[in-house]
Amino acid sequence: MTNLDTTQGTMEVSDEVAIQIIGMHKWYGDFHVLKDIDITVYRGERIVICGPSGSGKSTLIRCINRLEEHQQGQIIVDDIELTGDLKGIDAIRREVGMVFQHFNLFPHLTILENLTLAPIWVRKTPKAEAEETAMHYLERVKIPEQADKFPGQLSGGQQQRVAIARSLCMNPRIMLFDEPTSALDPEMISEVLDVMVGLAETGMTMLCVTHEMGFARKVANRVIFMDGGEIIEQNEPEEFFNNPKSERTQLFLSQILSH
Amino acid sequence: MADISFVRTESHPDLPPPSSEVGIIAWLRQNLFSSWMNSLLTVAAIYALYKILPPLFSWAFFNADWSGKTYQDCTSEGACWAMIRVRFGQFMYGFYPEAERWRVNLGFLLFFGTMIPLLIEGVPGKKYFAIFVFILFPPIAFLLFYGGLGLEAVDTAQWGGLMLTMVLASVTIIVSLPLGIVFALGRRSNMPVVRMICVCFIELWRGVPLITVLFMGSVMLPLFLPPGTHFDKILRTLIVMAFFAAAYMAEVVRGGLQAIPKGQFEAAQAMGMNYWKLMGLIVLPQALKIVIPGIVNTFIGLFKDTTLVLVIGLFDFLSIIQAATTHKNWLGTSTEGYVFAACVFWIFCFGMSRYSITLERRLDTGHRN
Repeated sequence: MTNLDTTQGTMEVSDEVAIQIIGMHKWYGDFHVLKDIDITVYRGERIVICGPSGSGKSTLIRCINRLEEHQQGQIIVDDIELTGDLKGIDAIRREVGMVFQHFNLFPHLTILENLTLAPIWVRKTPKAEAEETAMHYLERVKIPEQADKFPGQLSGGQQQRVAIARSLCMNPRIMLFDEPTSALDPEMISEVLDVMVGLAETGMTMLCVTHEMGFARKVANRVIFMDGGEIIEQNEPEEFFNNPKSERTQLFLSQILSH
Repeated sequence: MADISFVRTESHPDLPPPSSEVGIIAWLRQNLFSSWMNSLLTVAAIYALYKILPPLFSWAFFNADWSGKTYQDCTSEGACWAMIRVRFGQFMYGFYPEAERWRVNLGFLLFFGTMIPLLIEGVPGKKYFAIFVFILFPPIAFLLFYGGLGLEAVDTAQWGGLMLTMVLASVTIIVSLPLGIVFALGRRSNMPVVRMICVCFIELWRGVPLITVLFMGSVMLPLFLPPGTHFDKILRTLIVMAFFAAAYMAEVVRGGLQAIPKGQFEAAQAMGMNYWKLMGLIVLPQALKIVIPGIVNTFIGLFKDTTLVLVIGLFDFLSIIQAATTHKNWLGTSTEGYVFAACVFWIFCFGMSRYSITLERRLDTGHRN
């Protein structure tokens, strides 16, 4: 964390709104998972969302690309409002990349095919061009030599880096990360975080559910703390970690930072 | 206290394994004589083979009659294979006119000639073979087998023997798989009407014995059709058998669909894939791979079930053999007939089973950790 200032200094946040969530509620049956969520994300922001398990943080980012449906309020991504309209949903999904806790690579396809499948079939990119882009991103996540292997032959950290590259191949404007390092062995976490830091440096708009507080301090420009389906506190990382305002935040931070 | 600090500086060399781990003796010990129970079973099995095999070989080969005109010509103790030889043409083609049998041969030659390269790994131009087999071949086969365009018409009543069995089996197999996939997808659909229709279809066909279905198709169905409509018996049989098989196939495929983790759906959706791309590119390739054993199991069952068409008066391979053995010239040869039928069925079914194992291995990308 020595280069904290320099890393954040190079990343600019614009005035353009990337995601706007207004008065959003979500229920699973009777259970009220998300309560009155209001967030405005500007282009180029790196937001870390943290909170105890069951607080609704994963559900929140999964609402942004409509893997979960919200029942009340508005979510506007890239000026398109998420409604039941399938065309709008597909349009948003093409612009929003997502990285999952369990990687979710396609096990029946090689790494290269994993990366080129969506560009070829969804974006209609010519195969040669899609492969060139795929190799470019594989080099960026530092595993071009694994292109012809199958996901089952890679380590967890490598699989997650492939998953990040796979999302980037769709050339998204926003990236969502749903606990990208929590299924990894400890020695593999840093290789994935390094890729994410590199991605933040390119100015990508990122929303990241994670408990990696080192990562939050290093790249986030905003940390959101959720508990019980509500946003309890949000602030700049320095303030958030050094001066948590709410008791629940203080308790949470003391629990995860104590060891 | 002694010093507990230890650092290894050289690694231990690999030594050759002891003789108890490799070689013939080790194999015998591990596989046949690993315990006293296993040894006992081995000895018992060897004794049983000693008792069964010599008489079997003497019946089937050493004391068998290979030629003759009637059962009376079979004078030795063993099998009367002369019956098979004399009736072989009928077993293969039924009552198909002898002068036209080249058409059947050509049809199956084309079918296997394009099907085999399609099934073998690494043969180039698979797309063209597939287009031929699944799109061009059916009308060609119809022309060849049934007649038309200058070829003399051969009524389906004359079809029979192995040819009929092969027609029934291959058509039902090729039709039932895609149909079954459609019904399996429909049964898991979010649209209640589609789901209901698929559930009703599957449960209706699966809940009725095949013999009943065949009777319905051949006897009952014409009663409901407007008078004067001619609807070929074999065609009706093909339709009901394909539906019957599709219902089973649908349930096999559904098992595979349910085995695909939710994350696969989500990953594909998150990249903007619509339902058909998600299913066609991500879910079905994985689901079908998982259920290859179940699919081939259904195929094998179906292949053998074609013998049930004898109840509606079609002379498939098995029933034409039965008919031959009850002919006055060949009374007493039913054992030979059934053994021959069993061997032919076994070759086809074993072939399918082996191919399915090869396919499973070829498609294994090692994701089952």
